[in-house]
This record gives sequence, structure tokens and C-alpha cells, in this order.
Amino acid sequence: MNTVAVMKRIIQQFLRDKRSIALLVIAPMLVLTLIWLVLDGDSYHPKIGVADIPEPIQQQLQKELEKDIVEITEGEAKEAFEDGELDAFITFQNLEPSILIEGSDHTANREVVKHVQAALQSVQGNSNKVEPNIEFYYGSENLNVFDQVGAVLIGFFVFFFVFIIGGISFLRERTQGTLEKLLSTPIKRWEIVTGYLLGFGLFTIIQALIIVSFAIYVLDIWMAGEFWQLLIVTFLLAITALTLATLLSAFANNEFQIMQFIPIVIIPQVFFSGIFNLETLAEWIQILSKFMPLTYGANAMQEIMIKGKGIGDVWLDLLVLFGFAVVFYILNIIALKKHRRL
Amino acid sequence: MSSMVKVNGLAHSFGREDVLKEIDLTVSRGEIFGLLGPSGAGKTTLVKMIVGILEPDEGGIFIGDEKVPSLDLMRSIGYMAQSDALYQELSAKENLDFLASIYGLNKQERKEAIHDVLQIVNLQDHKNKIVNQFSGGMKRRLSLAASLMHKPNLLILDEPTVGIDPVLRQSIWEELTKLKENGMTILVTTHVMDEAEKCDRLAMLRDGYVIACDTPEKLKENKQVESLEGAFLAYGGRNL
Repeated sequence: MNTVAVMKRIIQQFLRDKRSIALLVIAPMLVLTLIWLVLDGDSYHPKIGVADIPEPIQQQLQKELEKDIVEITEGEAKEAFEDGELDAFITFQNLEPSILIEGSDHTANREVVKHVQAALQSVQGNSNKVEPNIEFYYGSENLNVFDQVGAVLIGFFVFFFVFIIGGISFLRERTQGTLEKLLSTPIKRWEIVTGYLLGFGLFTIIQALIIVSFAIYVLDIWMAGEFWQLLIVTFLLAITALTLATLLSAFANNEFQIMQFIPIVIIPQVFFSGIFNLETLAEWIQILSKFMPLTYGANAMQEIMIKGKGIGDVWLDLLVLFGFAVVFYILNIIALKKHRRL
Repeated sequence: MSSMVKVNGLAHSFGREDVLKEIDLTVSRGEIFGLLGPSGAGKTTLVKMIVGILEPDEGGIFIGDEKVPSLDLMRSIGYMAQSDALYQELSAKENLDFLASIYGLNKQERKEAIHDVLQIVNLQDHKNKIVNQFSGGMKRRLSLAASLMHKPNLLILDEPTVGIDPVLRQSIWEELTKLKENGMTILVTTHVMDEAEKCDRLAMLRDGYVIACDTPEKLKENKQVESLEGAFLAYGGRNL
């Protein structure tokens, strides 16, 4: 079986290249750690829903926020949380303010608390000070910025390093002449692409396992969902990166040109895949983000890690991701026609 | 002698540059056929087309009765490219083993084939050495070995002796002669005149045209010159 032969060779080759293995596994861990060390927040205007709160407080809150507050029931608020359309819900129980915070976005959490406390304070003055009772729908008050963006970052670094290594390996096959040699044998084009996918796929499984474990157990990132489900998402994301990389390497003539794809293909995905809040950005950027694999991978990872959702809830993201991989895989087989039509 | 490779009215261009024009050639079964020409003459393009990696714009190539390109034909062709197409991180044995499995050899066959070809190129002692520790000449020999793994009927070698010392070059030619005696047809490109002398028949390629095709002796005789170089100049002059 030719595919197996290609796969076996990739594994042998890769095992000899210790530095590339390190790049695949250690580099993402290192960068994640650095970001974990330095991360801090920025400003944001939360969306707040209220029910039965005193008129002066509501007016004061309205002044504090630049957005309109909405009057809804607790049930409606929870539905809005599920859809990610509301940041907090405020109500009064026994004359005490109670805040239910959506919780998956650290910046939003902090802003909600800040604004509500300011509003309460200006109404009540410094007399009988009432501390609001705060609850979290997802996560907890311990959720920090790293927990929130960490999910996206894991996805991104897996994507990034698999892209570089996969792209350059496939390119080297061409520049060192072995692709031509391979194409002078009766191997079929799809067998080469599949062999690459399986050979590297094995390493990406190991990579996903190590990086996800490191983030959860060493960096202690917030993890509400199932470990193995996160692993599946990470692996799927890596495979998408691998198929994209081998496809694009057909359009590069040397390693340097692979690097040139990074600002065009990789960097925009970081900005538009969920690290930054997209809702405030122009509509065309939001549409653009729909064409980026990382958007779906990062979203699925956030849902699992922060909201504790399962594969069943994010199946659409996974399906889209899988669709990307299949399309890249097929295009790759077609792109190889450039080197042998048969 | 029956024909092994037949090239009919072949023409090809890369973009606006015509690389090959009106090529007609016949390689007979069991001979060493040389393609002699300076670099840029179109030798590599022509052999890649015979292998089936490239397809010509015009004309056709037949190997035996079958039209090129065909995956079936590739099974019986051995091709050694101009560059050493070897995986630098793997050992000699692993490189050969990989190619042999692509050709569908089973484990036992692979083991025997590796042993045989390494013996031919005299690299038995370096079987487990990683290729990036090989010298240029050793890589060249290993590439030759790699193209022999599946016992091809037709061996196509693109500049097999570039950068190889004279002693090794001679031993490679001795090997080629031996392979030919065992019935293999060999097509070899070269730009070195004294190598061309060793071929049974020779096609001279210049600027995409075949300017002459015959045995080395006849080529010299026809132009009444002492050397192939003289013959090449004489034939080339006709077309200029």
C-alpha cells in the first residue's frame, strides 16, 4: 500500500528531525506561557438586562453604560446567555441587588461589576452600602483573560506550527527532487497526499495531547468541558492546518515563500477568530471571519473549555472545520497535477 | 532489433520558449542510447517526457506498444534524475526500502533488492548510514541504486556522472554495460564527449532539435572528423 509507505517514511524522517518536533510541541507551549505571563485587559461596554430594579438605579446605570439596558425576564436572560447576546442580568431580591454574569468573557465580567457598583454607589451614597450578590452563569469570578483567550491561543498555535512544518516538509519534497522521483513511480497523486496526511496526522495527535495537557494541568487554564472532546477539536484544527499548508506549498518555490503566507493566511485568522470581540468590528470583517478555519476551531474550543459544552453542541463548527480539510485535501491532489498530469 | 522507445514528432514549449522541436527518435531494445547536448538543449525535458512526468504539447511517445504516460509503464521504468532525489534524514537502506515499497515489492523482495543494488553500486558498507553524511559521489551512486530497485526494463539516467571522479565514473559505466548485457535498455543523457563515445547509439541535441543520430563511429565518419566534439560542431553548423 503506497499510502502506508509514504506515511511510514514521513514518520521516520520526522523522528530524525528533533528540532522540528520541538517546534511543533515546545514552541506553542513556550508562547502560551509567555502570553499567560503578560496578559491584561482593556475596556468594553457590556450589554445588561434588568428586571424589577428601582427606577433611580436603572437611570443611573443607563447613564453609566453607553448602551441601552433591556428589561427582560430571568428566563429570557438565560436564553440570551446561551446565544451569547447578553453579558449580565440584574434583578433585586429582598431589596438586595443580584447580578448574574454570563461569565465567558473576562473583560465583560469586569466591566459589568464596575458599572453596576458605580451606579449603586451614586444612588445610595455612602450610607447603608449594599454589596451586590454576584453569580456566574458560565465560569466563575476566577476566570481571567488568559482563561478566556487561552482557548483561542491553543487553537492558533497548533494551527500556526502545523502550518509551518507541514508546508515546508511538502515543499522540501519538491526542492530536493524527491517529489519528481516519486512521480516517476506508479504512485497515484492521492496516495502521496493521503500518506502525508496520515504521517503528519500522527504527530499532530501527539502535539494536541501534549499542548492541551500542558495548558490545562500546568498553566491551569479554565476547563469546564471534557478533555478528550477538546483533543478532538484540536486535532481537527491541526489537520485543517496541515491540508492548507501542503496545498499552499504548491504555490511557493522555497521556504522563504512559505513564510510569506504567514501574514496573509495566518495572522488575519488570529485577529478575527475570537481573541478580540468581533461584534464591535465592521460587518465585512465579520463576514471575512466566516471563511477562516480558525474561527470555527476557536469557537468550538471556547464553548468546550469555558462553557463546558460538548461535541454535540459544537458539531456544526466541527463539521465546517472538517469541510475545510476535505476541500483543501482535494485541491491539493488537483494542485499536484502541476507536476504530473497523470 | 525491436524498438523499445519511439518518439514521434515531439514538440514542447514552456510559455513562449520552444524547448523541443520536431523530435523523432527510436531507442532499440537492449542498447545504451545516449542523448548528447549542451545544457539547455532540452535533454532533461525530453527524458522527463519519456518517463511520463511531463506531457508534450505535440507528438507522442510509445514504450513497447503502450502510449506514455501510463502508471503501468512507470512500473518498468527506472529513472534517475539530475538531482539526487534522496531523503536526507533517512539511511541508505530506508531510502531504498521506501521506494521499493512504492513499487510494490514485499518485505522479502525488498530485502533482496536492497542487497543486490547496494552491491552493484558498492555501498554495502554504508547501508545504515544517514544520507546527509554521504559524499556527493555516494549520493549519486545511491540514486542509481534507487532507480534499479524494481529491475526495470528501461533505465533512464539524466546526467548520471556529473560531479563524480573518473574512477567512479568508469565503474558506473562498467555497471551500465553489465546491466545492458543482462537485457536492460538504457537511455542516458550527457554533455561529456568521452562518455558519449561509450554509447551504442547517440542522438545529438542542440537548441531543441536532434541534429544527428547514429553510432558514435558513423557520426565521426560522416563528417570525417577525429572526435565527437568535431562531429557535433560539424552537424551543428549545418543547422545554424
